[in-house]
Amino acid sequence: MSDLTAFGVAALREKLRAGEVSAPEILHAIEAKIEKFDPEIGAYLSRDFSAALKEAEKADLALPLGGIPVAIKDLISVAGQPCTAGSKILRGYRAPYDATVIARLRAAGAIPFGKTNLDEFAMGSSGENSSVRPTRNPWSPERVPGGSSSGSAAAVASGMAIAALGSDTGGSIRQPAAMCGVVGLKPSYGRVSRYGLIAFSSSLDQVGPLTRSVRDAALFLGAIAGPDPRDSTSSKNPVADYAADLGREIKGMRLGLVKEYLADGIDPAVRTSVSNAVTQFRSLGAEIVEVSLPHTKEAISVYYLLATAEASANLARFDGVRYGWRAEKATDVTDFYERTRSEGFGAEVKRRIILGTYVLSAGYYEAYYRRAQKVRQLIARDFTQAFAQVDALISPTTPTPAFKLGERIADPLQMYLADVFTIAANLAGICAISVPCGFAVEGESELPIGLQIIAPAFAEARLLQVANAYEQSTEWHKKRPRLSR
Amino acid sequence: MSAGSELDVAYVARLARLRLSAEETELFQKQLGDILRYAQQVQQVDLSSVEEKVEAIEFAELREDKSATGLGAEAALANAPRQSRNLFIVPKVME
Repeated sequence: MSDLTAFGVAALREKLRAGEVSAPEILHAIEAKIEKFDPEIGAYLSRDFSAALKEAEKADLALPLGGIPVAIKDLISVAGQPCTAGSKILRGYRAPYDATVIARLRAAGAIPFGKTNLDEFAMGSSGENSSVRPTRNPWSPERVPGGSSSGSAAAVASGMAIAALGSDTGGSIRQPAAMCGVVGLKPSYGRVSRYGLIAFSSSLDQVGPLTRSVRDAALFLGAIAGPDPRDSTSSKNPVADYAADLGREIKGMRLGLVKEYLADGIDPAVRTSVSNAVTQFRSLGAEIVEVSLPHTKEAISVYYLLATAEASANLARFDGVRYGWRAEKATDVTDFYERTRSEGFGAEVKRRIILGTYVLSAGYYEAYYRRAQKVRQLIARDFTQAFAQVDALISPTTPTPAFKLGERIADPLQMYLADVFTIAANLAGICAISVPCGFAVEGESELPIGLQIIAPAFAEARLLQVANAYEQSTEWHKKRPRLSR
Repeated sequence: MSAGSELDVAYVARLARLRLSAEETELFQKQLGDILRYAQQVQQVDLSSVEEKVEAIEFAELREDKSATGLGAEAALANAPRQSRNLFIVPKVME
């Protein structure tokens, strides 16, 4: 039989319904891939195939994702399974309930089977901040897969998953998707419930799919989107039939090329690929206009001031009392908290908690936090003005292809700059997607390049339509890494 | 304001209930100083057109305020480092 892990969701659905394959066969194929390749790649932190097989045996194939296995970033609660956030502080913790996205995936027939590696508490752009081990890029194992949804992207790229859920606070779905050559969708803020997602930055976090095609992303978004009484920031905005609208042509659409996103510091191969994508869009009948987002250069600063402030509050709950790591032999209550948190959190998490505590502290709140909130409004306004002229924006997803492990770990500011094109969409609460658009050749390796498409809040149907039109007129998404062994 | 120089990492770490080694303190002092210097750019932005907003996110309407079944004590305590008789057990901290 052909390699079942090579197919996407839509193709496997057809095979399942035609009776050509069974849901347990798909799971077995994934399990075999993981056993063979994950020792090197490090995409998974835990998996439970015996529970998943029971689900697969009684899968209802009539459901929209019936029988489709899905990997889950280990920041999202799956009842009874570990949920570590990639942190020592949650080692041994098991989620007591399903996140809303998991309950919805189950209701749609999908089968969660494993938890994927990540930067600790989703804080990182390379996967190297996992407290367990770094994930390696399937296209070039000495390189990072991007982050923080590092394991989800690497698993989908390498056939160790058909599709995965990730979370995106400043690019954590789109950036690893770009570096691993898969599709990554960050929905608009409020489109998908955050209930059961371990909070990093509550005004920015959003759950979304990583898949092999735009159609698969549309299928997954349709399953997880919609209001949730358990998340007061989830939106009642109607959920479209995203997959049904995909095929419409984009002739006559106006697409904006963001001037500031093609400035200095972009890798030549990335620039060429995006320029070729522009040509491709023109041939599909879209009109390309240059637009400006004047507050682009402040976006990273605003992000690291606000996201760390929110993180410092969200991570205060890890105190050793109710769950997670607890230090022994504390002398008093302060000592108890300090030992627990210092032993449990890794360096990047500590750094961000300290920065966030500082920008919220008396005397600095006005100069940093409050100003950053206001600049955030200007960043959102830039997008509103751009979308008055165009239907969607296009840009590189990342300034460079995947970099080498260890290359940026000593300089957090350099690491933060990997998110320069993805952060603004989170600050503005709008939706964005990364789709494969080319490769950079580095020695013997081919490194994927991602094209980012950005659309207004709750315009996911349009976003996916534009992405699908591009993807289906190119061959980039069909290429898979050649894994050794 | 002189960029980032007012940050006292050791002091802020204590506020955040984190204990750092001498090496960590020194490293974070430099790294966070760099980041704060970079973030100074928010001081240059013209904010005259921006009105104060209380929250970054426009909230959806809240759900009806009525009681519902929660996790239950057993599930809520399942991950406790120590527990007894439906209570979290912590080390004695009062003299």
